[in-house]
Amino acid sequence: MTGPAVSRASLFRRYGDKYAARFGAAEAMVVRRVISEIVGLIDREPARTDPDRAILDRLFPNAYPDDPHDGAEFRRLTYGDLARTKREQANVVLRTLPADGGVVALDAENAEAWLRALTDVRLALGLRLNITEDMDLQSAIDEAVAADPTSARVAQLCVYAYLTYLQESLVDSLMRQ
Amino acid sequence: MVGWGSGSRIERSVTSMGGMASPQVASVGAPHVDEAQRVDEERQADRPWVTIVHNDPVNLMSYVTWVLQKLFGYSREKAEKLMLDVHYRGKAVVSSGARERMEHDASQLHAYGLWATVEQP
Repeated sequence: MTGPAVSRASLFRRYGDKYAARFGAAEAMVVRRVISEIVGLIDREPARTDPDRAILDRLFPNAYPDDPHDGAEFRRLTYGDLARTKREQANVVLRTLPADGGVVALDAENAEAWLRALTDVRLALGLRLNITEDMDLQSAIDEAVAADPTSARVAQLCVYAYLTYLQESLVDSLMRQ
Repeated sequence: MVGWGSGSRIERSVTSMGGMASPQVASVGAPHVDEAQRVDEERQADRPWVTIVHNDPVNLMSYVTWVLQKLFGYSREKAEKLMLDVHYRGKAVVSSGARERMEHDASQLHAYGLWATVEQP
């Protein structure tokens, strides 16, 4: 798990019974794209590549890692519902976030869907980026920039960091009531 | 669903009661044996299962606390203690009880992106 974010940016805030944030066009595009990628990954199950398989294994964890039979049975019984839940929460984000940005105001139920969808995206990106427990995100970005400022890793680390702040601001808003 | 089949236990007790044709005599010896065996089996079956949440490098500490409060109705204090156990010890038992219940809890935790497993310690 990661601790409090380095940035103090509080992107979601509570206004009465709503949780609201303003998204720029670029931010909206990024969030919509990574959310859509997760839906695509779930729809393409079973995964074709090893990295995709690792992500799906994390999004659909094995409840019985030491028992292949019970693990397979648990997965068989829970996979469908869990996949549907994940698609639904992703769709809540896509439905409530305008493609060209703007203000997003969520009720508690949609805020929860956002939190779960952001979790899925961060879990997937975390695996792709080899995020580790003791990793300092800002140092990781600095190192990646020093190595190659135009690399995909720099861009993905920045997206991961942004989604982390975004999620944290939403959790904080929900917990403060 | 994987489980231990409580139905068979009920069947057994029904059968043993049906066998007591002459209660005045049978109640002295036979039921004791049945009772001991039944209690033994129940002890095994009723030994609680647990749901375990494992640490991961992505989920936010605040989010994990919020999920535990939300799903289990735990106080902020209890949820935070469990979250810290997960964070510093690598895992924590977040609920215990019947196996089916634990599988339900694990699938709920999976829907929130937490890494949960079920076992009978």
